[in-house]
Amino acid sequence: MSLFNIFNVAGSAMSAQGQRLNTVASNIANADSATSSTGQTYRAKQVVFSAVPTANPAAAGVKVQQVVEDQSPLKTHYDPKHPQADEKGYVTMPNVNVVEEMVNMISASRSYQTNVETMNAAKTMLLKTLTLGQ
Amino acid sequence: MIGKLDEALRFHQTALSLRAERQQALASNIANADTPNYKARDMDFNSALSRALSKGGPAAKPAASSPSLVNGAGFQAVANALTRTSAAHLGGTPSGVTASGAQLLYRQTAVQGNIDGNTVDMDVERNQFADNALRYEAGVTFVNGQIKGLLTAIQGQ
Repeated sequence: MSLFNIFNVAGSAMSAQGQRLNTVASNIANADSATSSTGQTYRAKQVVFSAVPTANPAAAGVKVQQVVEDQSPLKTHYDPKHPQADEKGYVTMPNVNVVEEMVNMISASRSYQTNVETMNAAKTMLLKTLTLGQ
Repeated sequence: MIGKLDEALRFHQTALSLRAERQQALASNIANADTPNYKARDMDFNSALSRALSKGGPAAKPAASSPSLVNGAGFQAVANALTRTSAAHLGGTPSGVTASGAQLLYRQTAVQGNIDGNTVDMDVERNQFADNALRYEAGVTFVNGQIKGLLTAIQGQ
């Protein structure tokens, strides 16, 4: 019954989007962290999705293939009083673009919602099928 | 007698399993809306149904030992079948053919393409998804009506 497979497909998409949302949360939370646990300045992280073929050629799930770090230059601003400032008085800050992250967040949560609706529709269809002949 | 009952329900049974398969393809498109380079796929329901019906429906799949036909793809042109050099080799399913033999087609690219090579148009997919779900439920209602009719005939009341 291929309707059951919709749960796998939509579920994999939901967990992938959840991970994307997690990354966004991490980026926004660290937007102002001048340092991090590794000693390096925090770099924005992005997830890379890839399709996962299933037994049925009609269906493909989603998984997070890797998490990449944004290699764009880090932001620097002049603040000689900051404890992390270098000898010239500049502080290196993460390259997180909060506007981009907000857009990413809305996109991820909408995709998550859509997949929940997909699952609900499949559930309704299966329940209707179970009442056949009654 | 059983054959007659089978025959009476075959049309809607075939249609429902194809609808379920199409629903799955649409769910995959929706799930992969953010996957780079994913190409949206769908099936031509009319031709898939007529092909499935003309070959006797999914119940009449070719025997697995038949070397010229790939497992589950009996409704597909033989040109699509894999060539096997030994009958002991696993057949596999040719890519783009679902379990009941429907051909999966790539959607025409949208008017405004995505920069990441993804061709899923969320509006189209959601429309088709809702439409297909409704038609599936209509099919279920039809089968229910048929079963009721058959029961009335059997019981003679």
